[in-house]
Amino acid sequence: MTPPVRRLAGALHRRPRLRLAALISAPMAWLALAYLGALVVLLVSAFWTTNEFTSNIDYLWNTDNFRTVLTDPLYRNVALRTLGIAAAVTLIDAVIAFPMAFYMARVARPRSRRLLLVAVLTPLWAGYLVKAYAWWVMLSHGGVIDWIAAPFGGGSPGFGIPAVVIVLSYLWLPYMILPLYTAFEQLPDSLLAASGDLGARPWRTFVGVVLPLVKPAVIAGSIFTFSLSLGDYLTVQIVGGTTQMLGNVIASNVTLNLPLAAAVSCVPVLIIVGYLLAVRRTGALDNL
Amino acid sequence: MTDSPPPSTGASAAGPPVPSAVALSGVTKAFGAVRAVDGIDLEIRAGEFFSMLGPSGSGKTTVLRMIAGFEEPTGGRVLLGGTDVTRLAPFDRDVNTVFQDYALFPHLSVRQNVEYGLKVKRVPRAERTRRAAEALAAVRLEDFAARRPAELSGGQRQRVALARALVNRPSVLLLDEPLGALDLKLRLEMQIELKQIQREAGITFVFVTHDQDEALTMSDRIAVFNAGRIEQVGTPAEVYEHPATEFVAGFVGTSNLLQGDAAAQVFGEPGLYSVRPEKIRITHPDDPAGPDECSAPGTIVEVVYAGALTRFVVDLEAGGRLVALRQNVEESSTDVARHRGSTVLLAWQRRHTVRLSARPGNTTPNDNPQ
Repeated sequence: MTPPVRRLAGALHRRPRLRLAALISAPMAWLALAYLGALVVLLVSAFWTTNEFTSNIDYLWNTDNFRTVLTDPLYRNVALRTLGIAAAVTLIDAVIAFPMAFYMARVARPRSRRLLLVAVLTPLWAGYLVKAYAWWVMLSHGGVIDWIAAPFGGGSPGFGIPAVVIVLSYLWLPYMILPLYTAFEQLPDSLLAASGDLGARPWRTFVGVVLPLVKPAVIAGSIFTFSLSLGDYLTVQIVGGTTQMLGNVIASNVTLNLPLAAAVSCVPVLIIVGYLLAVRRTGALDNL
Repeated sequence: MTDSPPPSTGASAAGPPVPSAVALSGVTKAFGAVRAVDGIDLEIRAGEFFSMLGPSGSGKTTVLRMIAGFEEPTGGRVLLGGTDVTRLAPFDRDVNTVFQDYALFPHLSVRQNVEYGLKVKRVPRAERTRRAAEALAAVRLEDFAARRPAELSGGQRQRVALARALVNRPSVLLLDEPLGALDLKLRLEMQIELKQIQREAGITFVFVTHDQDEALTMSDRIAVFNAGRIEQVGTPAEVYEHPATEFVAGFVGTSNLLQGDAAAQVFGEPGLYSVRPEKIRITHPDDPAGPDECSAPGTIVEVVYAGALTRFVVDLEAGGRLVALRQNVEESSTDVARHRGSTVLLAWQRRHTVRLSARPGNTTPNDNPQ
C-alpha cells in the first residue's frame, strides 16, 4: 500500500494542470481580490456622489465626478503640471544616471564599482520622509543650498515646482541608475570592438551601438521614475510650497469627497497605462 | 635537419619589393608583470593564409588584437602594408576582424550588420546595397538579409560575421578562432569554405586557432606560439615533418619523443628526437631493418582501435615509448587487440627522424641538451 503522500505526489505528477493550479491559486486569489479588487472598488466609487450637506456618500450611479475632473480648469492644470514634473524628473534622472551608470559598469575598477553600487543603493534604505525633510532643511532660507550658491550670486530655489523636481529626481535616481548599470555591464566588449574595427569612431559607436542597446534600460528606468513621480503626494507637500499635484489633490479629497478623489486618481492610472502601451512597442518591458 | 626558410623580407630577388601585409618587429605586450607576448618578429605576405597556432594563453590572440588595434603593444612596432600603425586606433586601420563570438549587432538586421562598415565610411547607398548583397551572396545568406542575428544558427552567424568583415575589402582579414563554437561537421565545411573565399577574394587571412588540424589543412604558413613566443614559422609540411622544437613536435601531431639513454641506444648519439607515428613500420622482430632505416625492438603495451587506423603503443627495450599508426587495411577491430603483448621491431626511414632543440630559436644540429 503506497502512503497517501506518495499517492498525492504521483497524482500531481501525472496532472500538470492540477499541479499548476495548486501552486498559483493562492497568489492569484490574492492578486485578484486585494489588488485588482481594490482597483475595481476605486473605479466604481468614482461613479458615486458625495452629499454636499451631510458629506455622506450617495450610492447613485453618475458621471459627475469625471465631468468635473475633465472640465474644471483646476484639475486640468494640476494634471498637466504633474505630467510636466514627472517628465522633467525622468529626463533629469536619465541625464544624470547615464554617465554615472556607464562609469560604474565600464570604467570603474571592481573595488570602486562595489563602493559606488553601495552608495547608490544605501539611500533606498533611508526613510522617504527623512530624505524629503533633509531636503526641506537644505532648501530652506539660509540653508545649505543658499550657503553654497551665495558666492556665485545664486540662492535656494525656495519651495515650489523646482524644489519638487529636484527632490523627486534625487529620490528616484537609483531606479534609473540600476537598470542602466545592468545594461552597460551586459554590453559585450566585442560589440564595441567590432564597431571600431568596422571604422566607427567612438561617437559613432555610441550612437549606433551603445544607445540602441541600452535604450530598453532607459525606458525601464523611466517607468519607475515617471510613475513614482506621477503618484507622489508627500514631497510636494514638504518642499512644494503651494504647488498642487494630482497626488495631493487626491490625498486632500479622500476624507472630504472620496468619489471625486477616486475620479482624480483615474487620471494618473490612465496616463501610466498609456505610457506602458507606448513603451511596450519598444520591447523594453521584456527587460524589466 | 631542415630549417624553415627565412620569412620573406619583401625585397625578394624577383620583381619589385612588395611590403609584407603585416610585419611585427620586437612586439611585446605586458599585462603587469606578465609578458603575454614577448618580443615577436613576424612577416605575413600579401595574399597569404597565415595561421597562428598555439595553446590558450600562448599569446596568439593578443598578437591578433595588436594587429587589429584593440591592444597597444608595450614594445615593438606593428606595420600594415609597410606603414607603421602601432599607435593607430582600430578605426584607422585597414583591417577587419571576425570575432570568436561573432559580435554581431543584435539590434540590426543581417543586411544592416553587413552594411555597417560601409555606412560608417559614408559609401553611397546604392553601392552599399550592392556590395552588401554581393557579400551576403558570397556566404550564401541572400535569403536571410532581413533577419536578426538571434534568428540565425551558429554557422549562419559565423558567415554573417565573415560577410560583414569582407564587404569592406580590407587588406588583411583577422579571424579569432572563428570556427571554435561550431560543431565538428560544420567546422569541416567552414574550413573548406573559408579557404575558398580567401582564394577568391585574394585577401590576406590571419587565422588564430588552437586546433592543429585546422591550421594544417587551411594554411599557407603557420606560426606556432608558445608562452608568448613563436617557436617555428613554416608551411604545414615543414611544421609537421620537421618540427623545430620539442614543443612544436608535441603540439602539432602526436608527441613521439625519445631522449637520454634510449635516444643514445637507438640513434647512437644522445639528444632529443621525434618520429611521427605514421612513419613507423611495425614488423616481426626477426625481420631485418632496411639499410636507410632506424629500428628499435619493443613490446606492444596498448592497442587503440580508431576506425580508419589503429594506434599501437610500444615500450622500447632501450627504454622510452613510441606510438605507431597503422591503417586498418585488412584487419578489423577484433583482430587488432590480440597484438597486445607481442614483441615487435619498429622501423622507420632515417630521414624521418627529427632532432629537436628543447628551446626555441636554437635548432643547431650540434646542440646537445645534456
